[in-house]
Amino acid sequence: MTMLTSLARALAAERGRAELIRTVRHVHLSPRPLVFIPLELAGEANGPLAALVGDDPEKPHLLTISEPRNRTQRFAWAADLAAIVLPYIDSFADADIGEDEAYQDAPQLLVPNPGGLGFTRLLGRSTRFRRTQGEYAVPESVPLLGRWLTFFAERSEVPASSLILSMTDALTAHWATGQSAMEDGHLAALLAWIDPPAGMTGAEAALAAEDPGKWPPAGPATHPDFDNDVLEGRVRAVRSAADAGDEGGLNRAQAGFAAALRSQLEPTWSLMWQGVELLRGLREADYLGKRWERDRWSFSGHVRRLADDGAPQARRDNAVRAAQRLSSLERDQQFIDVQAAFEDPLVMAEQRMSGEAFAGSAVEVLADRTDDTGKRTVPRPWVTIATADGVLIEVGKKVKVVRATGTRQDAIVRIVEPGDEAGAERGVGTTAVTVELTSGMGRKKTPEPGGVPAVGEFLIATTLTGDFQPSPKWPEKEETPWTHGGPPPEYVPNDEDAGEAWS
Amino acid sequence: MVVSTEVAAARAKAATEAILADLKTAPRGVVVDSPPGAGKSTLVVRAAAELADAGERVIVIAQTNEQVDDLAVRLAVAHPEMEIGRLSAQAYARPERLMPHENVRHETNPADLEERPAVIGTAAKWATVSDAGKWPWAIVDEAYQMRSDLLLRVAGLFAKALFVGDPGQLDPFSTVETQRWTGLSWDPMSSAVEVMLAHNADVVPVHALPVSWRLPASAAPVVSRAFYPFTPFTSATDAGERKLRWTAASLARTPADDALELAAEAGWALYQLPHRHTLRTDREAVAACAELAARALRRGGVAESENGAASVTPERIAIGTAHRDQAAAVRAALASLGVSGVTVDTANRLQGREFELVIVLHPLSGRQDATAFHLETGRLCVLTSRHRQACVVVAREGIPELLDRHPSVEPVHLNVPVKFPDGWEAHQSLLAHLSQFAIRA
Repeated sequence: MTMLTSLARALAAERGRAELIRTVRHVHLSPRPLVFIPLELAGEANGPLAALVGDDPEKPHLLTISEPRNRTQRFAWAADLAAIVLPYIDSFADADIGEDEAYQDAPQLLVPNPGGLGFTRLLGRSTRFRRTQGEYAVPESVPLLGRWLTFFAERSEVPASSLILSMTDALTAHWATGQSAMEDGHLAALLAWIDPPAGMTGAEAALAAEDPGKWPPAGPATHPDFDNDVLEGRVRAVRSAADAGDEGGLNRAQAGFAAALRSQLEPTWSLMWQGVELLRGLREADYLGKRWERDRWSFSGHVRRLADDGAPQARRDNAVRAAQRLSSLERDQQFIDVQAAFEDPLVMAEQRMSGEAFAGSAVEVLADRTDDTGKRTVPRPWVTIATADGVLIEVGKKVKVVRATGTRQDAIVRIVEPGDEAGAERGVGTTAVTVELTSGMGRKKTPEPGGVPAVGEFLIATTLTGDFQPSPKWPEKEETPWTHGGPPPEYVPNDEDAGEAWS
Repeated sequence: MVVSTEVAAARAKAATEAILADLKTAPRGVVVDSPPGAGKSTLVVRAAAELADAGERVIVIAQTNEQVDDLAVRLAVAHPEMEIGRLSAQAYARPERLMPHENVRHETNPADLEERPAVIGTAAKWATVSDAGKWPWAIVDEAYQMRSDLLLRVAGLFAKALFVGDPGQLDPFSTVETQRWTGLSWDPMSSAVEVMLAHNADVVPVHALPVSWRLPASAAPVVSRAFYPFTPFTSATDAGERKLRWTAASLARTPADDALELAAEAGWALYQLPHRHTLRTDREAVAACAELAARALRRGGVAESENGAASVTPERIAIGTAHRDQAAAVRAALASLGVSGVTVDTANRLQGREFELVIVLHPLSGRQDATAFHLETGRLCVLTSRHRQACVVVAREGIPELLDRHPSVEPVHLNVPVKFPDGWEAHQSLLAHLSQFAIRA
C-alpha cells in the first residue's frame, strides 16, 4: 500500500465514504460484458453448485446442479454454461477477417472477486481435456468451453488486460475505503463504502452489508449457515423425490433448490451491474485503447488457434515458454507503470512520494550548453529544478522530464543538492536537482524554440522512462540447455492431462 | 592463536583443492556455496586461472558491471601474464581501477576476444551473444542472485560450468506476481542454481567453503547458526585476534558510547529504542544510526587484525537499511552531523561488500506487521554479515512480540522444497543472540 493510499483510507474512515485514488479509469469496460457469478460446493475443490450468468442485467440465467458430486451432472452443467458463454463469445467473432487482422471488439467476462477468477481457471482446467467420445464422453461444447475459460484465466495474468476482470479488484484499484483490505473482498461492503444508499454513510452501509441474509457472499464459497440451514434440506428433498421416483415431487424439489440458490446469487448480480455503472462513471485512460487492442488481437489469435487445430492449452509451460512469458509480463508491467503515471496525476503523486519522481519549477537554465565530445556538437542544456519532494534518484540516472505542455524529454540527472529538512517541512523547494536534457531539441547545434524549459516552468521528472525494450533472444525449445533439463518431449494431449498431480 | 588461523587456512585450502579436483572430473559442472566472506572471488580467480592453464577457454559471467570490473582487476593482478577479455556494452566507460592493467582488453564483440583464454562479462551482455557452444567452460559468479531465465539465455554458450554464490543472500525477484510456474523445476523466477540442480543433482557435486575470512570469531558462529544451519562454517580468526579499540575517551558518556564499547568488546550490540509504531523513516531510529556512526568516528577507532592495525575511517563504516527512503533519511541525518564518507545503503546494494563496523537499522524496527519482505532471511543475513569487527543493530523494542504476532504463514506448494531456515526462524535466532548485548538508548 502506498502512502497516498494509506492517507486516502484514513480520510475515507474519517469521512465515512470511499475516496477516489485515481483520476481516470485504468480498466477497459466493454459495452456488453458477460457477468459470471459462480458458486461452489463447500468442501469440494472446484465443484460447481450454481452460477448466474448473462450479458443483460434484466435477464440473468441461473444454472444449478442438484447433485454437485455427480460427475455426469457436473459436465451437463458445464454444457449448459457453454450454451450461454460460447454464443456470447461467438458474437464477437462473426466477421470474416484475414490472418493479419483482429476482430473489432472482444468479449469481456466479469467475475465478482479473485475467487471467481480462480474458479474460472480451475473450471477451464477440469473441462478442457475432456473426451467427446468413448468412456465418460461429454458434449463437444464442454472441452471448447474449457479452452475459452483457460484463455481468459491466462489473460488475467497479463498486466492491464481487461478480457476478464474481478469486480472487487477493479473497484479497489480506483477507490480506497475506510475498512481493511480483507473486508474490501466482500463486494457488498465494498460497494456500500463507494456508493452508499441515500441517508447512510459508507461506514453504516458497510456494517449493514455484513448481514448474510440480505447480502450473501459473492461466491464462489457459500455462507456456512446457508449450507447447513437451507442447502442441505433442499438437496435431501431432491434426492428423496428422485429415489421415490416421484416426478412431480422431483420437479417441485428442484424448483425449491433453484430458488434457494437464486436467493444467494441475485443480490450479487445487482451489485455487479452497480459496479459496472460506477466504473463507467470514470473516464477511461487513453493508454487502455492500446491495451484493449492487444486483447482484441489475443482474442482473434485464440479464435484462429481453435479453428486451426483446437488442441487444449498444455498443462504447463516448458522452460523456454515460461521464461518468454515472464519476460513479456514484466515488459507489459513496465509499460503500464509508465503510462499510468503519465496519464494519472495521482499515480504520478505516488511516484513522487516514493522518491522516484519529483516536481518543481525550473530555477536555472543553461540553455546554450553543448557537448562536443562526440562526432558532432549537440545541445545538452542543463536545467536546475527546485523541489520540495524527497528525491531518491541518484546522479547519472536517466529520467523523463514532463513539460508543462505535456511533452516529454529525456534527461540525465547531473547534480542532486539536498536541501535542509526544515525547508522541506515548510514545503518550499529546497532540493535542487540539475538535469541534462538529451532529447526533444531538434537536430541542430542549438535547441529549437521551446525545446528547453524556461526559468519558472513547472516540470516533473521521473525515473519511469518507458524506453522501448526489444524482446530478448531465447533459445529454441529444441535447444533447451542441460541446465534446464534439455529439450522437452513434444507435447501430445492425452488422458493423463485431466488428472491432477496428487490424484 | 595463530595456530587456529593456520588450521582454518588448511581447511579452506583442502576445500579449494577438492573443488578444483572435481572441476577436472565433473561431467557438467560444480556448485560452490560460499558463506559471507569465504573467499568466493579468490576461488573464481583461481579456478579461471587453472582452467586457462589447462588450455580450456573460459568465460566468467557475473551479475553487475561493478562485479565484472572487480573480477577483471583481481584476475589481472593475480595473473599479469594472462590475456584477459572484458566483454562490455557500447556505453561502457573503462573505470579508473582497470586502467593500469594492460592485459585486460575490452570489446563489445566477443569475436574480437575469441583468442583470449578468459573473457569476463555481465550475464545481461552474454545473453546477447548468439554463437552458441563456443566455450568449454563458464564460471557463473553470484549464481544465487541470478534468475534462472537469464541462465536459460546464456547456458547455450558453454558446455560445463562452475556456479559460485552465497545461498544465504537475497533471492532474485520479479516485478510481476504470479504462481503460474510455482513447483516447476524450471520456474523462471527461481535462482539459476536451484533450477540447474533440479535437473542435474546427480551429476553436479555441491561444495561449501568452510571458512569465513571476513566475519570475526564473535560473528561467524551466530551467522552460521541463524542462516546456514546445514552448511556450518567457522571464522578464520580466533577470538581476540580481531580487536576494535576506541582511542579517544568520551567526555559526556552517552548510551551510544556504551553500545560502541560493547560492540568493540563483544562484536555485537543491540541499541534499543523504546517501543513505538513508526513510519518507515522513523526519525529517532534514523538519528540513532547517524549518531552511532558519528560517535564511532569521533572516538577514533582502531581495528587490529591479522593484517595489522588500521584506523577506522568513514570508508570502513557502513549503515545498512531495508528501504531506500530509510537510507536517504540516514544520509541526510549524517550530513546534518557533518559526517561524510560513510556508506549508507540498502541490503541489496551492500551485497558482496565488507566493512570494519556496520550499523544496521533493523528491518522490523517500529513496524506493526512483519511482511514477507521484512522477514526475508537474505535481507537480514546480508545486513548482519558485512563486518570484520563489530555490528551494532538499532531497533525499537517489541520485535519479539511482533514476531510472535506474525507467525510464518507462507503457503506450502507441491514440488517446492521448503526453504530452511525461514525468515521468522532466522530473526528469532539472531534476536536471541543480540538480546545478550542490549543497550537502552
